[in-house]
Amino acid sequence: MDWTFLVISVVKIIGLVFLTILPMVAYSVWAERRVSAAIQDRVGPNRVGFAGLLQPMADGLKFILKEDLTPGHVRKFYYWLAPALTMVPALLTCAVLPFGSRMFGEKMVIADLDVGPLFVFAIASLSVYGIVLAGWASNSKYPFFGGVRSTSQMISYEISLGLSIVPLLMIFGTLNLGEIVQYQAKNGWTLLPLWGEGLSLQGMLLAIPMLISFVIFTTSVFAETNRLPFDLPECETELVAGYHTEYSSMKFALFFLGEYAAMIIGSGLAVTLFLGGWSLPFGWLAPDSTTAEVPWWHGLIHIGVFFAKVIAFILFFIWVRWSLPRFRYDQLMRLGWVFFFEIAVANVVLTAVIMMFFK
Amino acid sequence: MAIVVKRPKLKWWEQLYLPGIIKGLGITLRHFFKSVGGSGSVTMQYPEEKWNDHLPEHYRGAPALVTDEQDRERCVSCQLCEFICPPRAITIIPEEIPSDDQWAKVEKRPKKFEIDMIRCIYCGLCEEVCPEQAIYLRKDYSITGLTRGEMVHDKEKLYEIGGKRVGLVNKWNELK
Repeated sequence: MDWTFLVISVVKIIGLVFLTILPMVAYSVWAERRVSAAIQDRVGPNRVGFAGLLQPMADGLKFILKEDLTPGHVRKFYYWLAPALTMVPALLTCAVLPFGSRMFGEKMVIADLDVGPLFVFAIASLSVYGIVLAGWASNSKYPFFGGVRSTSQMISYEISLGLSIVPLLMIFGTLNLGEIVQYQAKNGWTLLPLWGEGLSLQGMLLAIPMLISFVIFTTSVFAETNRLPFDLPECETELVAGYHTEYSSMKFALFFLGEYAAMIIGSGLAVTLFLGGWSLPFGWLAPDSTTAEVPWWHGLIHIGVFFAKVIAFILFFIWVRWSLPRFRYDQLMRLGWVFFFEIAVANVVLTAVIMMFFK
Repeated sequence: MAIVVKRPKLKWWEQLYLPGIIKGLGITLRHFFKSVGGSGSVTMQYPEEKWNDHLPEHYRGAPALVTDEQDRERCVSCQLCEFICPPRAITIIPEEIPSDDQWAKVEKRPKKFEIDMIRCIYCGLCEEVCPEQAIYLRKDYSITGLTRGEMVHDKEKLYEIGGKRVGLVNKWNELK
């Protein structure tokens, strides 16, 4: 066992997960409340601390101090297991996200896997177990409906989620997220091919299927994370609170945080795949290769750029939530199976044709 | 005659919904920037900013007793308000005005006049029914207390809220 590797990994895990992602989760709840208030011509929480910035702490304290009630009619084991099963996969997936280029000779990613997107999909699909178990173990009709809805929704949208990134993988020829970002830093972002090899005719034409991919991918991420246009598993107007109706205190908070963590990871993945990850536009400060040395302040800028993009994407999530009404369930299924599935498959073919004929 | 509701035939770009979604996002974005810019939000920062100046003329707040120009209590203790009060919030114990008093011809005045503000529903029937124009609903809306006892407004408190009101009909003196 290499001790330096172990220590560096632990530092990265603590730095990324505990000091960055978890505070981001807390503050995205705050941002959600403030932004939604602004959209609805309200003010939102602005009392606790400056501009309400301490509100997440107050909320956390409230969740911890509340009575943790386990109703008598639930299946205890699964009931206790479910919140963990939603939170843990959401946080696990950030292991493969490259949140920066290099600093002090270290890659800014916890696990430099060669199967990045696959790892994310594999782990993220586990979080459906949390919701299903919560719905089923609650032994109550509304959570049950929420759980059942969630199962079919997540299974349906995983297909289009997976298929939508196949064209990207055909272009990049790699599943390593670090190399994907490096390629984009050199040759133009997937959605902004304006420098490097992206400036060719092929690069320009490929932007069309990439845009289609992006729309499908983003919509599917919305569905996977149970965000508003697709929040049928917990839609308040029909199912009280959906799968977490019977939960209280910190167990409820775990579902809540799991949802937001999944949102952040989904944003991170979308940014990494489509918006150039940590790279600046037009190849500024782009390192020559994934192994090239980068000055530490470049590395710092790259980390900053990545999180700026992720935050912008989270704001987009919130913005969409307060703009679009909820789908009806059959419309949701139709959208997933009849439109996105077919369009994603056709998109793969379209990309292949462009790659073959416009060399 | 049966009305046939026309179903609009959507163009292909309308069926895509994407233009509609983008239009909706534009609307919410406009509201967002209006609120952030400080002109859009309609929220009142309550404890700092009170309702006082914003209340409409017809607002019904806490009921209170008033005195007339000569500091005579207008209430003659007829108990009509007590009897009409739907939640029975008003308690009156009448008292005879002694014959050596300046206002002996009025005959009655309240010895005790209490309104239980926990019960009061601010309906304004007491004001409506009063033949002496003695009780009015004021614009006081924030009636609070730490005990039930504090929430019962006695006669002093009611006159304190109501104060003096001039320009009313004077039945009992020469002012008229």
